[in-house]
Amino acid sequence: MKDFIIPDRDFGTPASKSKTMVTLTIDGFDVTVPEGTSIMRAAAEIGIAVPKLCATDSVDAFGSCRLCLVEIEGRNGTPASCTTPVAPGLKVHTQNAKLEKLRRGVMELYISDHPLDCLTCSANGDCELQDMAGAVGLRDVRYEAVDTHFKAKDNSGKANPQWIPKDDSNPYFSYDPAKCIVCSRCVRACEEVQGTFALTISGRGFDSRVSAGMAGDNFLSSECVSCGACVAACPTATLQEKSVIELGTPVRSVITTCAYCGVGCSFKAELRGDELVRMTPYKNGKANRGHSCVKGRFAYGYASHKDRILSPMIRDSINDPWKEVSWAEALDFTAKRMKGIIAEHGRQSVGVITSSRCTNEEAYLVQKLTRAVFMNNNTDTCARVCHSPTGYGLGQTLGTSAGTQDFDSVEETDVVIIIGANPTDGHPVFASRLKKRLRAGAKLIVIDPRRTDIVQGPHIKAQHHLALTPGTNVAIVTALAHVIVTEGLFDEDFIRNRCDWDEFQDYAEFVSQPQNSPEAVQMLTGVPAEQVREAARLYALGGNGSIYYGLGVTEHSQGSTTVIGIANLAMLTGNVGRPGVGVNPLRGQNNVQGSCDMGSFPHELPGYRHVKIDAVRETYEKVWGVQIDSEPGLRIPNMLDAAVEGTFKGLYCQGEDILQSDPDTKHVAAGLAAMDCVIVHDLFLNETANYAHVFLPGSPFLEKDGTFTNAERRINRVRKVMAPRQGYADWEITQMLANAMGADWTYTHPSQIMDEIALTTPSFAGVTYEKLETMGSIQWPCNEKAPEGTPLMHVDGFVRGKGKFINTEYVATDERTGPRFPLLLTTGRILSQYNVGAQTRRTSNVVWHAEDVLEIHPHDAEVRGVKDGDWVRLASRSGETTLHAKITDRVTPGVVYTTFHHPDTQANVITTDYSDWATNCPEYKVTAVQVAPSNGPSEWQEDYAAQARLARRILPAAE
Amino acid sequence: MSHDAHSKLIYMANQIAKFMESKPHDEGVAMLASHINDFWEPRMRNHLFEVLDAGGQGLRPLVLEAAASIRRPAAA
Repeated sequence: MKDFIIPDRDFGTPASKSKTMVTLTIDGFDVTVPEGTSIMRAAAEIGIAVPKLCATDSVDAFGSCRLCLVEIEGRNGTPASCTTPVAPGLKVHTQNAKLEKLRRGVMELYISDHPLDCLTCSANGDCELQDMAGAVGLRDVRYEAVDTHFKAKDNSGKANPQWIPKDDSNPYFSYDPAKCIVCSRCVRACEEVQGTFALTISGRGFDSRVSAGMAGDNFLSSECVSCGACVAACPTATLQEKSVIELGTPVRSVITTCAYCGVGCSFKAELRGDELVRMTPYKNGKANRGHSCVKGRFAYGYASHKDRILSPMIRDSINDPWKEVSWAEALDFTAKRMKGIIAEHGRQSVGVITSSRCTNEEAYLVQKLTRAVFMNNNTDTCARVCHSPTGYGLGQTLGTSAGTQDFDSVEETDVVIIIGANPTDGHPVFASRLKKRLRAGAKLIVIDPRRTDIVQGPHIKAQHHLALTPGTNVAIVTALAHVIVTEGLFDEDFIRNRCDWDEFQDYAEFVSQPQNSPEAVQMLTGVPAEQVREAARLYALGGNGSIYYGLGVTEHSQGSTTVIGIANLAMLTGNVGRPGVGVNPLRGQNNVQGSCDMGSFPHELPGYRHVKIDAVRETYEKVWGVQIDSEPGLRIPNMLDAAVEGTFKGLYCQGEDILQSDPDTKHVAAGLAAMDCVIVHDLFLNETANYAHVFLPGSPFLEKDGTFTNAERRINRVRKVMAPRQGYADWEITQMLANAMGADWTYTHPSQIMDEIALTTPSFAGVTYEKLETMGSIQWPCNEKAPEGTPLMHVDGFVRGKGKFINTEYVATDERTGPRFPLLLTTGRILSQYNVGAQTRRTSNVVWHAEDVLEIHPHDAEVRGVKDGDWVRLASRSGETTLHAKITDRVTPGVVYTTFHHPDTQANVITTDYSDWATNCPEYKVTAVQVAPSNGPSEWQEDYAAQARLARRILPAAE
Repeated sequence: MSHDAHSKLIYMANQIAKFMESKPHDEGVAMLASHINDFWEPRMRNHLFEVLDAGGQGLRPLVLEAAASIRRPAAA
């Protein structure tokens, strides 16, 4: 196996962004660096490592350890190289007799209050204190440790009041105060990198201690979000991954890409043999720049969880128990059934669902399976239920179905609008980068029914929080445009040059109508008109304006309309085509962008090209040697409808749990139950598998090669860290299934699949694994015009030519509150859990969120006699469930909120079948409900649990 | 085809119509037809034509106007 150790050098202090260069001399060598660079970093650039303890290049210089002293000719004393900036012509000496003596003295003092148990210490071999003791040549410690922090008992055997026991409360890392040198790197990482400010140094002088939260808190009870930034920054064993304590230091590392959210962080998987010791964020990862969140950093244990299925299984009927069989038998059984269905009911009676958790190459093969082997276009993907309106809305207005920026762009933004997204929970690493910019002065407008954590937090506060009634996004977005147009705040030059002027005039007339004014829509949205006006002025006039949005925009009856409205706002104000601006969908899953790019939708082939276009079909017909259907195929809801009708009978579902994640659970269950062959290809017996006839065990991202494409269109390598435990990578399984059905696919490595994608898809034409190897990652489009990819879209012109303004008439959803269902339910996610929870529920992340709870405002709770923690019954016209109540004023009166991470709750029993007018993306974010006290689980929950128990039986293996 | 499934399709077609109604009239008619042609698979369009052929009851006027431009699926 290839070893990808790329040196992750620590330059000591962050890079300067100055364009002015400065030349100086360090130890006789000339070095030229940007103005504002520290002497420490300048020295590091030419390979001179000045000894240091409190400096690391993820946080600003602090100058506390006094180990990095240098001498500068013509200046007095021995300044710290970390806090001293370069200046032209300086002559710096980093090593001489005087400096050596000073450094040894400093180290001697550090070591006098540090346990000398290096051999048995968990950081042995990975400890900067140890390294520095060696680097400065410390040979002797003259001080006898009398008063120490590290001895549990003093020399007379009495308890040492200075000693604090280890804090093991966090499931993933421990805090051992005995090993702490109080360098403050952890505190600064928590502030500067993560932006949570959970850590502080309490006490003064000899009493100084790292402390989480308030007095009396431990790490778990504090506001710590377990992102791991402090652990990464710690130079000693004080903050240490428990996996390292258990397994020892890793010896090799592989760069790969996180399989959780759409930020797509780069990680180093660090191993001993084929045992994963830890995941550490990769400094050169362009999406995350060395940061991580609790999911990617720590929640990888699901890959080796006991629930993971490692053998293929089949059964004749979903009422039978599962039978474990060989791969050959499973594939033979599946191919026979699928062929039988096609023979009896026609080629349109089967289809596939691709996965946004699988690689591009895997999604490509799954859609190819249906188009080239089943001979229909019945392919869909979970983006149907999340970002399909993004594809439609941005495609119509700007010409391409993707975000316009890279994540680095946030560093140059001046005003941020966040609509229907909760980045601190859903996209935490992006949120940390955003918060850093907000602390530096950027302004923030949040449009969300709930007071999310980004609205107000340590050293950040939104200028405007438009707490709208769920379902009124279009009214608010159009009202913002009304203000921009009627107050003359639009960017006329930009519109004249870049957009269709006639369409703009029609649009301007439409938004200027009085019924679109903030005053007129105030009754609908619940947002004071003056606040809307101020927010519009701020966005239009505040400098670089950027919009970031999530599923709170898309998952509505008018999801596509809101996306169009957002694109309109950006075009109106000229906020497209340069750093710091743009329209940025925050994608839910790691590879939502990629699975959409790869032709997973039933109406388009890879690269968003409609199946009706002859030239596009011909491209694939030539390569695949088949004829492709020119009619659009079935979307997920259509498949279920057709199944209930009796015309759709067979489904291959890879890495997606439609029974839990799709709306109106009862309808999904009825559709699945009506099929003759449901093939679930997954890590676990998920909820959909309760209705499956074939289970093909899948491989997690650690066990295969491929690529993921994140929300910034960045194609990142996924690298095989260890061999697949069940024998095959997922792309191999799809290939085996295709071949069992009569195809003749011969891929031996995912790079060959990428070559086929590049050959057939213009926006991927220049992508190869070799280029990914040298560049690290590539943002599509990557072709002759942009051989190194495209960080910013629409720079000189829109992809579609002229930007298109489209009128956005507000149409109220038909899901309305009334006497029976007076409250509005909206749904979302939480930091520690991920989507349906299949992965994160199988990790220690459950300590933060063991169940879904219902957030309800104190007023609504009181009139219903509901107290905090009570069981409540949550009912809509679709169904009912029960869960525990959490009373909070995060939600406004009239609105309740829950997450959908746990199958026991089945929040989607409640959601309705209303959907986006253009794409059928379900309206998850608005459901009229009633809440009442309850004694415990509903009848449906009990029936469901019983059915699931029966459906999951596995026969003991035959001898 | 159950009455329920027809009413779902009528609902969906009307949803599209409501969006297209805010466009200039001719563009709205054309876009409505092309939207259904591009995104509705033949089975759904067949069901829509069952409704249209029976008089199109419940459909908004824009859908009826667009009907001539909606592609009738080839007989299966």
